[in-house]
Amino acid sequence: MDLNYGPEYEEFRKEVQEFCKKWDGVNFTKTAVVPMSMSFKETGKTVSRSEWQSILIDQGYFARSIPKEYGGFGGHSDVIKNRIIASEFSNAKIPPAMGGQGIDMLVPTLLELGTEDQKKQYIKPTLHGEMIWCQGYSEPNAGSDLASLQTKGELIDGNWVINGQKIWTSTAQYSQMMFCLVRTEPDAQKHAGISYLLIPMDTVGLDVRPLVDMTLKSGFNEVFFTDVTIPEGNIIGKRGEGWAVANATLGHERGSLTDPNATVNRVNSLIDRMKEETLDGRRLIDIPVYRDKLMALQAKVMAFQSNSLRVLSSKLNKGQDTKIAGMIQKLVGTELRHELEGFAVDVMGEIGTLYEDSPNLRDNGSWQFLYMLYLGLIIGGGTSQIQKNIISERGLGMPREPKVQGV
Amino acid sequence: MYFGLSEDQIFFQENVTKFLEDQASLDVIRAITEGDAGEAQKEINSGLVNLGLSALLIPEEFGGLGLDLLFATAVSQSLGGGVAPISYTGSFVMAPLAISHGGSKKQKEKYLTKMSENSIRFGVGFSEYIGARDGSAIEIKNNKISGRALFVLDAQDASHLMFADSSGAIGVVASDAPGVEIIQLTAVDKTRSYSEIKLNNVDVDVLELTISSKDAINKSIDGGRIILAADSIGASQRLIDKAVEYSKERKQFGRVIGSFQAVKHMCAEMTSDLEPCYAMVWHAAHCFDNSPGEARLMACHAKSHVSDISKTIAKKATEVHGGMGFTDLMGVHYWFKRIGVNRQALGAPEVVREEAAKIQNF
Repeated sequence: MDLNYGPEYEEFRKEVQEFCKKWDGVNFTKTAVVPMSMSFKETGKTVSRSEWQSILIDQGYFARSIPKEYGGFGGHSDVIKNRIIASEFSNAKIPPAMGGQGIDMLVPTLLELGTEDQKKQYIKPTLHGEMIWCQGYSEPNAGSDLASLQTKGELIDGNWVINGQKIWTSTAQYSQMMFCLVRTEPDAQKHAGISYLLIPMDTVGLDVRPLVDMTLKSGFNEVFFTDVTIPEGNIIGKRGEGWAVANATLGHERGSLTDPNATVNRVNSLIDRMKEETLDGRRLIDIPVYRDKLMALQAKVMAFQSNSLRVLSSKLNKGQDTKIAGMIQKLVGTELRHELEGFAVDVMGEIGTLYEDSPNLRDNGSWQFLYMLYLGLIIGGGTSQIQKNIISERGLGMPREPKVQGV
Repeated sequence: MYFGLSEDQIFFQENVTKFLEDQASLDVIRAITEGDAGEAQKEINSGLVNLGLSALLIPEEFGGLGLDLLFATAVSQSLGGGVAPISYTGSFVMAPLAISHGGSKKQKEKYLTKMSENSIRFGVGFSEYIGARDGSAIEIKNNKISGRALFVLDAQDASHLMFADSSGAIGVVASDAPGVEIIQLTAVDKTRSYSEIKLNNVDVDVLELTISSKDAINKSIDGGRIILAADSIGASQRLIDKAVEYSKERKQFGRVIGSFQAVKHMCAEMTSDLEPCYAMVWHAAHCFDNSPGEARLMACHAKSHVSDISKTIAKKATEVHGGMGFTDLMGVHYWFKRIGVNRQALGAPEVVREEAAKIQNF
């Protein structure tokens, strides 16, 4: 066991801290394209979202290992440096680089499976926040059983003509592009009949309709396709290989949903809140039943954080087996956050339910908001029940549920 | 940066596991707990002592192996996995820690050297410091110790005993000294020994540094808690393995029960609850060895969290075995009961969580 990163990394940490000092209080010129839960104080340091992306890329604090020719920093991938950047930014309340499905899922996919032209065309604007992507996977009748999707693509005169419907499409209303799974080979077996297409959102026949979720804030969409026509070349991989291409990115999403540092910060905010709030004049933190539950949650968060360190270690030390430790992160991380946010609502009682711009609102209503949002994250990206199937089948080697004939 | 057990630790752990598989099968464990296999228990004991268990935490200058708590934690996982009938937590972990941190030079020489040779062995009664129940109390005055310790670990084969009063002072007595009365308790877990001890004006050797400092008592209890947590992890892992194995063999409705999602999800829940516990307990042991500032909180949290997780696993793993899980024949209950006692010993979860809150000045 050795938890030191070594002198080289401590130097790097100092460098990042300097950077954070320089940009303390940085603000954006207009509302960020992707909704963010952080709020920033008013200072003179104002940049646009895409300027901020460029600043971070030039420093090597974002897109580190992506080659320069595609708009990245052109360095080596370094998980420890990424970790240091994330934790220093979070401590200093400096906005992190943009995430989103283009950056987290499409870019890795393109780097792995895209053609040279596609990499040149799409990666740079995506990294710089100039090209926002949405993900067209789920359909009304293809959720957990995603491979049964029915949106149809036919190749007619050198163009894909697409008809059908997608749902749960986050950020579609802001996006310039969609990466989309479409059934192009209707006669093939279900997993073999799908292609991975790249669709400009301003194409004629493409209709985005907002789907309001329970938070009334974050906003999914439904996307309808009526003879949407795009060039034949807007495909990653070959016809019928879309399922494999998509699976290369699903792994990225599961990893990116849960940040242990954020969870630790959240517990600390809850502790602060429980020192301020009172019930019958007593501080919440002095009330034994709340205190006990708080300690139980803090312990759980500590276990999750230690588990993440172990997973990080396996990325640095080849041969360290942490298969199950990695596999459980999505399930454990989202359930834990939901529990934590919900507990905060409970300790505040009626005040915990206040929302939007209500009088007596605490912490911008973030506890109630995140309590609901994390329910969405428990369901999205592979529900907790699907996660349990994966853990039991791939982790514990338990048999699959027998297939129903003809499906 | 490397977060995990070292090759040496894993190798040693595997040796202990293999030794227990060979020497301490379920039949042997059952016979020992029924009081029918005293010889077998002695052999298991001396086998584990030969592997070095009694000397792990004793500094090299006193003839020990001078290893750290993380090493002892790794070993504890194996002992829990094999429900090993051995006095590990009290005799081999808490006692050496108490003397190393609380003894004068002379006291260390006197006790640690003989402990490393396994010619003396300690039972440990610190419950009255952690939280006195049933009016039990220990009083140390004028080199005499009196009172009643309710839940003493590993006293059965001990030549010596140590107790703590409510201030954290630790007193050592010989088990056969006049005025010592040892009453064997019967807990659900019969793989280890638990005793009530009455002391009536017994000659005591107070560990010198513990008169004015709580460092030794805290170190000993923190270490003991981490070790008990690791024991429960080992026991829980064995229960999950058994449940998964059973579910792949047992058939109902024409399929193995392990193909039903109701059963699979129970197994997935057990494993995803348990997996972070490994990292947590190693982390706690690492802090114990290297960052004293964080060690106490982490030891508390590791103990209470693992206790909660193991309790749930003990229940679910038994359920996966169906009616057979409830029988002595299948023997799942040995792990269930071991976990049950680990949970209460050295502080039940709520007691330990209150300590965790106080450590943070809440």
